[in-house]
Amino acid sequence: MPEVRVTVGSRIGLHARPATILARAAARAAVPVRIGRASAAEETADAGSLLALMALGLGAGEEVVLSAEGEGAEGVLAELAALVARDLDADPEAGRAAGRGTAAAVSGD
Amino acid sequence: MVPPPELPARRPAVEDERAEIELARGALTRVSDELARRSAEACGTAAEVLDAQSLMAADRGLLDAVGERVRAGDPAPWAVTEAVAGFQSRLAAAGGYFAERAADLADVANRAVADLLGLPLPGLPESDEPYVLVAVDLAPADTANLDRAKVLAIVTERGGPTSHTAILAKAAGLPAVVNCPAAAGITSGQRLVVDADDGRVLVDPDPAEAEKVLAAHRSRVAAQAAVSGAGRTADGYPVKLLLNLGEPDGITAAGAVDAEGVGLFRTEFLFLDRAGAPTLSEQERIYRELFAAFDGRTVIVRTLDAGSDKPLGFVQHRDEPNPALGIRGYRVSVAEPDLLDTQLAAIAAAAQNSGAHVRVMAPMVSTAAEAAEFAARVHGHGLASAGVMIEVPAAALRAGRVLAEVEFGSIGTNDLSQYTFAADRGLADLAELLDPWQPALLDLIGRTARAAQELGRSVGVCGEAAADPMMAPVLVGLGVTSLSMAPAAVPAVRAALRENTLDGCRELADLALHSAGPAQARDAVRRRRGGQSM
Repeated sequence: MPEVRVTVGSRIGLHARPATILARAAARAAVPVRIGRASAAEETADAGSLLALMALGLGAGEEVVLSAEGEGAEGVLAELAALVARDLDADPEAGRAAGRGTAAAVSGD
Repeated sequence: MVPPPELPARRPAVEDERAEIELARGALTRVSDELARRSAEACGTAAEVLDAQSLMAADRGLLDAVGERVRAGDPAPWAVTEAVAGFQSRLAAAGGYFAERAADLADVANRAVADLLGLPLPGLPESDEPYVLVAVDLAPADTANLDRAKVLAIVTERGGPTSHTAILAKAAGLPAVVNCPAAAGITSGQRLVVDADDGRVLVDPDPAEAEKVLAAHRSRVAAQAAVSGAGRTADGYPVKLLLNLGEPDGITAAGAVDAEGVGLFRTEFLFLDRAGAPTLSEQERIYRELFAAFDGRTVIVRTLDAGSDKPLGFVQHRDEPNPALGIRGYRVSVAEPDLLDTQLAAIAAAAQNSGAHVRVMAPMVSTAAEAAEFAARVHGHGLASAGVMIEVPAAALRAGRVLAEVEFGSIGTNDLSQYTFAADRGLADLAELLDPWQPALLDLIGRTARAAQELGRSVGVCGEAAADPMMAPVLVGLGVTSLSMAPAAVPAVRAALRENTLDGCRELADLALHSAGPAQARDAVRRRRGGQSM
């Protein structure tokens, strides 16, 4: 099965905004895409499911493996790998998507 | 406030699996569409959170999990609850930021289950009429989007004086009565008088009674309006009245408030919710605006107070089992020295040619060595006045040594009570331990203030206690020289100080210190002040 290895470029890891951008792109892709940690290749998740993707808890700088099978798989993998590698949270051009980097608490000190 | 839906006690059997899955899919789709619609109406962080929630509700992984539960015999509402619980525990296991998303997901599940059971949607009620918000407690998500034109007052069953609700209401100038168990008996449509001055709620009062409360409030407000200017006791002892600020919006408006400066400028907003640290020039611009708004007055800037409980997008926070006891406050500035140096350089640049009396203080300092190190860094940037927050009991116990290293101190009563009583600030069940009238807390405040006096240093209070008009004279009696609070709290505190001489304040402090507990301390002070209008 075609697969690519890529390092998570988002400085906050794959949750919130970076995760929603990736999940939206994967859900739209012509073929199903799996994502997993390079160090634990047996545990993979549907990259098109935001919840399954976030449940992997992929942090900044971790190496991940994307895999897909079927017509156009290579092109889809290249496109998604580029998204994983980018710092999507810092990149306003990456599209309006979701999540908050942090939750600022109202604090009374 | 509509509570989350509860599943019925009896769980019916699933007769048609496919139809049951379709029911769940329909509910999740409606929830997703509604959240997307609200996202389009919102802006900023709220819009992003709602958009992510909309995507979660429509998640195909979630729908697969719901299908599995239905095939195992769960009807749609149970299947959604169980499927969501499964993802929540996986997110919790991933820790950190991922675990925080679990709360967003819980809200999605509550909405879908309410839809399936035909119950009203949880959360803030939709109303065209202004209303009193009555709730068990309010979560940050509930309060973030409060419509000030609709919400007249807040009543919560739980939550202490330092709870999120109390702080938010105070900042917004909303009347609020928190920790009011009787709120559980209030039903929608009842007429309420929320008497925040006396901390009580009247349910369906007769008009004469309601008018009495309103008249008392009006005369109190009139009495407060009659005094203005610098804070002082009845016999002229000066007590600086300062403001707590923590947002870029409204700095100029705050400058117009009748107060003697800023006692706590929280800088977290510059650092949170972003992928990279703010640049020197970006920070300098905000500080310059602040100093200009308070030209000729004191401005105390607190350096970054972050930690794994208030995580930064650009700092790799370790997973900490106890974030309140972890790398936070000044400890972050030690771990990431560049952050503090850039911030100090920006403050120093903005302070140049400014008429404001700029002072800088560090949060969460525990030892004299840390205080000395911070002071050296502040002075190294050409800033003359360095201070420390006293919010760790160790720093209060050794206040003489700690304050000898700096120019001033500021007591953060909320964290100081959290650490003194080993009681999480966020837990409503611990409200009594976190009561600022706890004599042990007052002991530490008094000890710190005495040490400051011996050294000739000023020491303020910038926690919630400083905003309580009944507590303010007690703090002054303990030796505190300035009080810093939300702008809306200043008039009542100023009026309360003018009613007492310095000796009177000391007597009140003595009464509170020698009380058995917080309720007795409050009662003793209230009785001594007798007919006074607090």
